Amino acid sequence: MIDLKDKLVLALGERDGVPGPALEACAVSAGAKVIYSATQCFA
Amino acid sequence: MDLEEQGTIKRVVEGSERSRMVVLLGTPNKGSTTMIALTLTQGDPSYAGPLAGVPLGLPIHHILEPEVREAIPADVYAREIGPLEFVLDATGISAALKDVRAR
Amino acid sequence: MIQERRAIGVPVIRAARFVLAHVPDLVMSGSKPRRELARQGEVLRTQLRAHLRSFRDAVAYPPHQVLIGNQVPELLYEFPRPWHMRPMDNAPAVGAAGMIIDQDSFYAWLARADTANLIVLDDAYAPRIAAGLEGVRVSTRDAAGLARAVSAGAEPFHCDGHDGDVRVAGVVLPGHEEDESLRAPVLLENLAAKVTGALALRRLRDEVAPHEPVDFLLGSGEEAVGDRYQRGGGNLAKAIGELAGVRTPGGADVKAFCAGPVHALILAGALIAAGVHRRVVVVGGGSLAKLGMKFRGHLTVDYPILEDVLAGMAIDVVADDGRSPELRLDAAMVHRIEDGGAGHHMYGALAQAPLRTLGLRLSDVDRFAVELHNPDITEPAGSGDVPGNNYTMLAALAARAGEITREQMPAFVRAHGLPGFSPTQGHIPSAIPYLPHAILGLTEGTMTRVQFIAKGSLFLGRMTGMSDGASILLERNAQFLRKGVTS
Repeated sequence: MIDLKDKLVLALGERDGVPGPALEACAVSAGAKVIYSATQCFA
Repeated sequence: MDLEEQGTIKRVVEGSERSRMVVLLGTPNKGSTTMIALTLTQGDPSYAGPLAGVPLGLPIHHILEPEVREAIPADVYAREIGPLEFVLDATGISAALKDVRAR
Repeated sequence: MIQERRAIGVPVIRAARFVLAHVPDLVMSGSKPRRELARQGEVLRTQLRAHLRSFRDAVAYPPHQVLIGNQVPELLYEFPRPWHMRPMDNAPAVGAAGMIIDQDSFYAWLARADTANLIVLDDAYAPRIAAGLEGVRVSTRDAAGLARAVSAGAEPFHCDGHDGDVRVAGVVLPGHEEDESLRAPVLLENLAAKVTGALALRRLRDEVAPHEPVDFLLGSGEEAVGDRYQRGGGNLAKAIGELAGVRTPGGADVKAFCAGPVHALILAGALIAAGVHRRVVVVGGGSLAKLGMKFRGHLTVDYPILEDVLAGMAIDVVADDGRSPELRLDAAMVHRIEDGGAGHHMYGALAQAPLRTLGLRLSDVDRFAVELHNPDITEPAGSGDVPGNNYTMLAALAARAGEITREQMPAFVRAHGLPGFSPTQGHIPSAIPYLPHAILGLTEGTMTRVQFIAKGSLFLGRMTGMSDGASILLERNAQFLRKGVTS
């Protein structure tokens, strides 16, 4: 298990994978601070 | 990975405490996972963007890796990730990341 | 219990038409190739030119034959990929659901669409397309004159890149010296959307109830028309109607990224149901910026540049005609601000929830139309098989709801899904390319119910991190005998 507590997370989501806001919610709930979040779109 | 985004990430990484940073990916398949992971660990493989020759060397994980899932409260994971766990190729994605880390 | 539809005027979707303009030389004007050419110049240009398709190849391309209605989508399951290796010889450029036009015809329409007199053609090229220019006032200049215009900010468009010495066919002049929103490349992009939208509307008007007036046009494309004081001001719908030669309708645009057309269909249905209008056509033109978007992937695997077509569409929404599929407004759904943006959030909200309100399960829908991107275009660029992944998500939701087992998921995908056959043109692949096939299946075929689900990536505009989406349910007309063919 990785330790996300007090980590600074760069969340790089993708629309057809897991989008940025969902990654953010996960990271924050594990005690991390999100310093960058983006969602890529293929088209 | 988009050249503009490479530039933004480079600025973010340079502007804060790098030792505490973790990259968390939500890419949908092996190919896209490998591409982003290579760019963020070893530098832009196409040598075209701001991260060309800039190995950020950040720890990089995918949200579907078991060791990441264990770090996240089960209810949050179920709500945010849910069936994506078995819709996306979690095994292939984990293997791709392992491969990038070993390079 | 399955709920009966509410007692409102029932809108139906009567027809849909798609037009593809094959414009290989405009691939260089797509956003991605343009930026990379500026960095890498001639070597890349030569490489790109060597991978352009002929018009014949574009017509014979199986996904295009599906889009214009000459083949059913399911045929593609039988064809080994990549599909450009399986050309359909002697395939016609016209079909029941649309047509494919060549670059010369497109350029002639570009000149015809130019109400501001900003297009100047090469004086040696203009005679080649003279037939298409009848009745059009066109300016021409010699090559040196065009080169001077380009150095002053005009945007060139080329010809013969595939099989001859590439040359400038013409230019678009800037609309204003200092206005970013009226720069020549922006105007070319907007004119391209206007032309392709108008061609689709003409096709629809000529083939479907030509004497029945159109009351309203709803534009749903991704272009931004306007000057510096109203960038994206819009209403390309009326310009499209004018160019198509329809005189009766008014118009307005609906903007919602790739989900625009499905949002527009809901609104069109509501306008019909409320009795505001009797005939609304949802229109949209093609995206020049998206040409060649994934060319890097295609060069890597030595495919032709498959993003070499601009698509336009027109969809006819009218009051119940006793035959066409009903647009069930009580099952129309939009993605709300509180809904999440991950796949299961989107499909839960847009597919499963509206069905539940009618007492239906996912398995009760004959076919789902999701974003129908051609996997031969997306896979080499690392984006995967987009419809394939989305259908797997729908199957996963059906499994979670206990409708099927996990083992039955692949069979569900095959029974209720479709292969992707649309070019990557943003709003165009967003479920609607299946409309002509669905209308046929829901009238002359044996289908009962088809759901269309579109997604939009609002976050790309940097105003929000949200996604968007909308869905509609089409059902066999209650008045139309199930056994079928009456005409």
